[in-house]
Amino acid sequence: MEKKSKQYNEEIITDTAYKSDKKIQNYTMNFGPQHPAAHGVLRMVMELDGEIIERADPHIGFLHRGTEKLIEHKTYLQALPYFDRLDYVSPMSQEHGFSRAVEQLLNIQVPLKAQYIRVLFSEITRILNHLLNITTYALDVGAMTPFLWGFEQREILMGFYERVSGARLHAAYIRPGGVYRDMPKGLAEDIGEFCNNFPKVLDDIESLLTENRIFKQRTVDIGIMSTDKALSFGFSGPNLRASGVPWDLRKSQPYEVYDKLSFEVPIGKKGDCYDRYLVRMEEMRQSLKLIEQCLNKMPIHGPVMLENCKITPPSRKEMKQSMEAMIHHFKLYTEGYHVPEGQIYSTVESPKGEFGIYLVADGTNRPYRCKIRSPGFASLQAINYLSKGHFLSDTVAILGSLDIVFGEIDR
Amino acid sequence: MPNLIALGDYISSSLLEAVQDWHIKNKELTLYTTCQMLPKVLVFLRDNKKCSCKQLMDICGVDYPNREIRFEIVYHLLSLKHNHRVRVVVHTDEKDPIPTVTEIFHSADWWEREVWDMFGIVFKRHPDLRRILTDYNFKGHPLRKDFPLTGYTEVRYDEHQGKVVYEPVKLDQNFRSFDFLSPWEGMTTEMKDNIKQAQKKLIPDENIFEKNSQNEQIKTK
Repeated sequence: MEKKSKQYNEEIITDTAYKSDKKIQNYTMNFGPQHPAAHGVLRMVMELDGEIIERADPHIGFLHRGTEKLIEHKTYLQALPYFDRLDYVSPMSQEHGFSRAVEQLLNIQVPLKAQYIRVLFSEITRILNHLLNITTYALDVGAMTPFLWGFEQREILMGFYERVSGARLHAAYIRPGGVYRDMPKGLAEDIGEFCNNFPKVLDDIESLLTENRIFKQRTVDIGIMSTDKALSFGFSGPNLRASGVPWDLRKSQPYEVYDKLSFEVPIGKKGDCYDRYLVRMEEMRQSLKLIEQCLNKMPIHGPVMLENCKITPPSRKEMKQSMEAMIHHFKLYTEGYHVPEGQIYSTVESPKGEFGIYLVADGTNRPYRCKIRSPGFASLQAINYLSKGHFLSDTVAILGSLDIVFGEIDR
Repeated sequence: MPNLIALGDYISSSLLEAVQDWHIKNKELTLYTTCQMLPKVLVFLRDNKKCSCKQLMDICGVDYPNREIRFEIVYHLLSLKHNHRVRVVVHTDEKDPIPTVTEIFHSADWWEREVWDMFGIVFKRHPDLRRILTDYNFKGHPLRKDFPLTGYTEVRYDEHQGKVVYEPVKLDQNFRSFDFLSPWEGMTTEMKDNIKQAQKKLIPDENIFEKNSQNEQIKTK
């Protein structure tokens, strides 16, 4: 790149210095597809005027796995694990989205305890996601330490994932009808202990970033998104809130037990990269509040899975004794359950924004069509608008602040 | 719920023939319109004070190969002010282009590209209708129901040629689609036509029993 830009400069000097009517061409550059700051595989073709970006054209789809097509060929339960693999830093939120869509079509209610566990783990997922985003974003603009501190905490959170579901990332824990298993003994206490220790870590990270001169120089007034534009671009979640719109699906269209819990929705003023960082930082503190409330209010006893043998599998113990249960188990894991004909657009507030599932059921055991509305897709679309007129190095800050993960964008 | 009914009534009475039909199912309002009227309906939904759906959240295609007009394009709109969602549905086939709505909502740009990529539906006057998710030089539209799950080509790195080569898909074992839809099961709420047909085929042929019994008789002799 350096060599080429030198040539380019020479060209300008030799050609245009003497012939003033000669047209100066913009410089086209390729960013990615493998670039550490692209948070995955993003290729961007950029038109530069010197170091100023004139146009950015993202080429996405390098991680396209045809999830929506695959889901059409699986039963509803088999389709669930694909959702872990979409946005691989916030797996449970997406399982939650799909499970809710199926539940709405089946018209079933989830037991209260399962609702609390779902909210608990949705919020753990939010912290998991924001920790990754903020720390790698800081890394992109030059701060190394938050990354190391943040990932230590992510490790603890993934430990909770493992204890509850057996897997650190691809949990397949939240399923239509409830959650797979009850929480093991002692987990609630350990999560409680985490809640006590975590604010200190957040304070430490904040002390390194929030008032940091270099961090602010890289982020304040960079990539400003006005409220109107944010709406028109289909922004949602923290990105929309940073532009000053107090909209959170957990508040405005509450699901599970969110209406029984108290929390605040932080909003930004300007909609620049710095505001997006601040909103996420505050959201983590609010998530902690939610986790603590869940732990206190969660019923001690009670089912965590709907007790309807036509939809959810019987317990292992029951299966050993009852022929009926055995048959149900066999039928559920081969044929699966049938979802009545209909359509639903179901949403959850995932850490990145509105995660929507448009599910078309035709009355059989497989989804006829399952469209995944990923929040990152809408955010990345605005990159051309946001980076126009900024320096090349600012793209990295903008990309980081939008919270891009390619698993969900490319699907 | 009553709000949605009032809203549906209001929209259909204000737009008259632009809204062909509307209904509320699963607590969701769905409007049906035509390709020509689509921009008008979306502008109305965006600018009217009672609707004020400032956000287009999603555009999605659905393929129904058995229908006369094959594709359904579904637009999901959201109003932050009134906290409601509206779904707008348009029908089209491979040949009829749909007017683009990129001028009405910025977010439509990539979603329309995705629908073009996945279903091959053309959006008229779209500023940049390229493929978005599939590979460069990809052929076909993968989310159509007649596109095989395995696709047509596969890629690998060739040592001799020193580049990535495209080859037709070769499977050691054919893709097995286990159809567990048992026609005599009471799990389905209503029988599909194809299941009914399959069931007819399953009614045992009496001759077979006779032949079998004859065979058995021969064996016993």
